[in-house]
Amino acid sequence: MLLPFAALAGMFSHPFMRYAFLAGTAVAVASGLVGYFAVLRSQMFVGDALSHAAFTGAFAALVVGLDARLGLFIITVAVALGMGLLGSRGHADDVVIGSVFAWVLGLGVLLLAIYTTERSTTNGAAGPAILFGSIFGLTAASAGIAALLALVTAGVLLIIARPLLFASVDEAVAAAQGVPVRALSLGFLALIALTTAESTQVVGALLLLGLLAAPAAAAQRLTTRPFRGLALAAVLAVAAVWVGLTVSYAAPRLPPSFAVIACAALPYAAIALVPGVVRRLRRRSASRIATEAAV
Amino acid sequence: MPADAGGLSWNLAADLQGVLAYHFMVNAFLAGAVVAVLAGLVGWFMVLRRESFVGHTLAVTGFPGAAGATLVGISAVYGFFAFCVAGALIITALPRRRGLHSFSEESAVVGTVQASALACGVLFVSLYRGFLNSVNAFLFGSFLGITDSQVLVLLVVAALAAVTLAVIGRPLLFLSVDADVAAASGVPARPLTAAFLILLGLAAAAVSQITGTLLVFALLVVPPATAQLLTARPFFSLMLAVLLGLAITWLGLAIAYYSPYPVGFFITTLAFASYLAARTWRAGLAPHFGRPAAARGAA
Repeated sequence: MLLPFAALAGMFSHPFMRYAFLAGTAVAVASGLVGYFAVLRSQMFVGDALSHAAFTGAFAALVVGLDARLGLFIITVAVALGMGLLGSRGHADDVVIGSVFAWVLGLGVLLLAIYTTERSTTNGAAGPAILFGSIFGLTAASAGIAALLALVTAGVLLIIARPLLFASVDEAVAAAQGVPVRALSLGFLALIALTTAESTQVVGALLLLGLLAAPAAAAQRLTTRPFRGLALAAVLAVAAVWVGLTVSYAAPRLPPSFAVIACAALPYAAIALVPGVVRRLRRRSASRIATEAAV
Repeated sequence: MPADAGGLSWNLAADLQGVLAYHFMVNAFLAGAVVAVLAGLVGWFMVLRRESFVGHTLAVTGFPGAAGATLVGISAVYGFFAFCVAGALIITALPRRRGLHSFSEESAVVGTVQASALACGVLFVSLYRGFLNSVNAFLFGSFLGITDSQVLVLLVVAALAAVTLAVIGRPLLFLSVDADVAAASGVPARPLTAAFLILLGLAAAAVSQITGTLLVFALLVVPPATAQLLTARPFFSLMLAVLLGLAITWLGLAIAYYSPYPVGFFITTLAFASYLAARTWRAGLAPHFGRPAAARGAA
């Protein structure tokens, strides 16, 4: 009976696992909360675009010789606000997102090429780490900063949650009631940007969409009550990170980002698919009983 | 990019000759042309239907396809096509709840599919170990190694897609412009939507092989969006999208040949510049040219 506890204690005896859990938990809370509103407002595409802007931002900073995190935060927030201002009423339009997004990524590719040709001796693994995450490589300081920023993001979201919910569900009525709809829209875009910048370190720029979308969508299937759903999304995201990190620790051939995203996507797939299958089976057995009864 | 490529002179004919002196560059131009035409045709409908997010997700689905194909030892081309079409089928098949408490689950479904696909790509890459160079080629494109057979495959797929699009084009346009009226007058909405998503998957897979999975958007979204800003008449803007895509691709390839930087950057930058120019023209100059062009290509 003691075996699992001993294994857990063994896992947490490694400092890198402790840092991974610290940063991962905080980032998961922020992703779950922000993702819930992103799904509610159908703004997942913005998250997608910003996650790719994060990649460009990180390389922009690396090329000029700054810390990658600085570039991440500045560029993602700038792109978020730019897209919000180009679209109408603080919303980013589908085509605007697509066009800006394509070019920002093109810039990222250029920066990647410059970085790998000119600075290849300094850090050859920077590209894959930014694209696919490097959670087991966090230092104590970077884990602490990531956790702090994620908690601040989550806190700000909770403070504006009530008016944001109103504005998301019925924008026209909210505006008529004096809710600052446009400011909330832009503010929320900035929060998505902060969350993508934080989670780039954990699951990587290309995979963080899973942490935004899957727990939130699962939560919205399980409950229609907004604040319960919000809490549930955060819990599911944290569970995905914890289970994913543990699985990846136990099976080192599985990359941690893969394990985390799988643990986020599988519950959602189960919640979305199982009720329909059960209903269909039940209907089929009911009709079979009916035909047998008729015979 | 090749070592003996020589410099750029002011003699345009000589430069062009230099570009086309190598067989791989001829292949790159041929494949680029096929891909640009296909992207223009399919992307035009995608922009009209506001399905860019789905388009990007299908494109990204090609990455695990290519990585998986390399893992089992077959050509990445088949991986691209198989996974992109499978992604289209999955997105069509996944349930979407509609009703009183419905939220728009579509974007969540698409986002989850995208992240899962990329996660599988990461897994395949880490299982294979040590082909990081081709990871960059899958993600960001490469035009150096396009073979004759690859051009042929692209041509066949593009021809099939174009014929299909010609058959379903008219009802699809109707459905995209006004879904309710189209459904009421007997247009089969679900089969058409599914067929279009499969076409989108094919186009995304084809474009991926030139621009890489991450930069598919440069050809799939931007030329059609630019064309739809410039003219409201469906046929003209469709043709304009194709021509723009073609010009951007060829120019991008030619510049990339003479420069050490990746082709994806030049293609995206040319595309974005044309989009910005079209927006500026519409905002500033279009009113002075008489009849204002309505946006969105609705006719």
